[in-house]
Amino acid sequence: MAEQQAAILKPETLVEEFKKNGVTHVVTVPGSETNYLYELMRAQPWLDIIPAASEAQTFAIAFGLMIGKKVPICLIQNTGMLESGNSIRSHVLDSGWPFVFFVGYKGWTRHGATPESVARYTEPFLNAFGITYYLVEHDADGPRISLAFEEARAKNRPVAVLIGDEYHGFNR
Amino acid sequence: MIHATDVFKVFQQHRGDAIVLWVGSSGRKWQEFSTNEKRDLNIRGAMGHTSSAALGIALSLPNEKIVIFDAEGALLMNLGILATIADKQPRNFYHFLLDNECYATTGGQPVPNAKNINYAGMARAAGYAAAYQFDDLESLTRQMGEILSQKGPVFVAIKVVPLIENEPMARRKRPPTRSRAETIQALQEELGLA
Repeated sequence: MAEQQAAILKPETLVEEFKKNGVTHVVTVPGSETNYLYELMRAQPWLDIIPAASEAQTFAIAFGLMIGKKVPICLIQNTGMLESGNSIRSHVLDSGWPFVFFVGYKGWTRHGATPESVARYTEPFLNAFGITYYLVEHDADGPRISLAFEEARAKNRPVAVLIGDEYHGFNR
Repeated sequence: MIHATDVFKVFQQHRGDAIVLWVGSSGRKWQEFSTNEKRDLNIRGAMGHTSSAALGIALSLPNEKIVIFDAEGALLMNLGILATIADKQPRNFYHFLLDNECYATTGGQPVPNAKNINYAGMARAAGYAAAYQFDDLESLTRQMGEILSQKGPVFVAIKVVPLIENEPMARRKRPPTRSRAETIQALQEELGLA
């Protein structure tokens, strides 16, 4: 049980990774269970939180922030990502700038059977756009977030981080 | 209704150093009047999201005045942006809406409930610091200076004469314009961010 607890993805780990990679703004539509992460982010004086009314907005707002040379990320859920295809195309693919966005992997079970269709379409959606992604499920996966930033900077492209721990990590 | 070109003539007199974005068939006319193209951003936003990008610019450059000439068809595709903007209360944000009551680029089909929507009322109710609506040039001319001197976010809905295009896209004449990347690069150089 103790080992299981230690494996849980901690919101603090995400926030540390954001800081390490110079993130200035989080543009977000909350996912299913992100409230603790949201409160933690709001408590960071170096981080601006921008609540958006739709996921498509988050990518366009982030694009505007990047014009002003800030380092935004988007934090959304996979359901909203599916809604955001044209905004992703225009604002983060066509811009050709390094950019990382975080996607709550709703419905991800890791056990083969994936009853929620949104989970089944998540990775094919990213593949269709040619967006590479890193899966983060446990606290030990935290460094993969820095890998995503490194890849985005090296290739001047968007990179996604799929948060596959929807039901544990963000709410206490 | 006012001709968009007249709106731009009036605005140009008060522009100062404002960074200007535009969308739509009416907004495109701004390029004929701008005298400071280094501060013009041709974003070509996706389905109503130029206003979203403009918010990001306003938040990243709080000492710059950001002006967007939005279109009602675009705003209707992204109506939630009114609440998102109001939540952040950017003091440097001026949201003009050129309302021609139709999708002019696709032949002039009316937008939903074109004649009855109160966009300024929506912006005010969403939480903008101020909201105006105009359908005559004289009133707009009289108040433009005051509008641009107050703290944002300010919303200004203006009824404009539609510039309807029915030619097939390939036959439409467009003046040469800078690409999105070129306008961004020029702005960043102008601001010392490049």
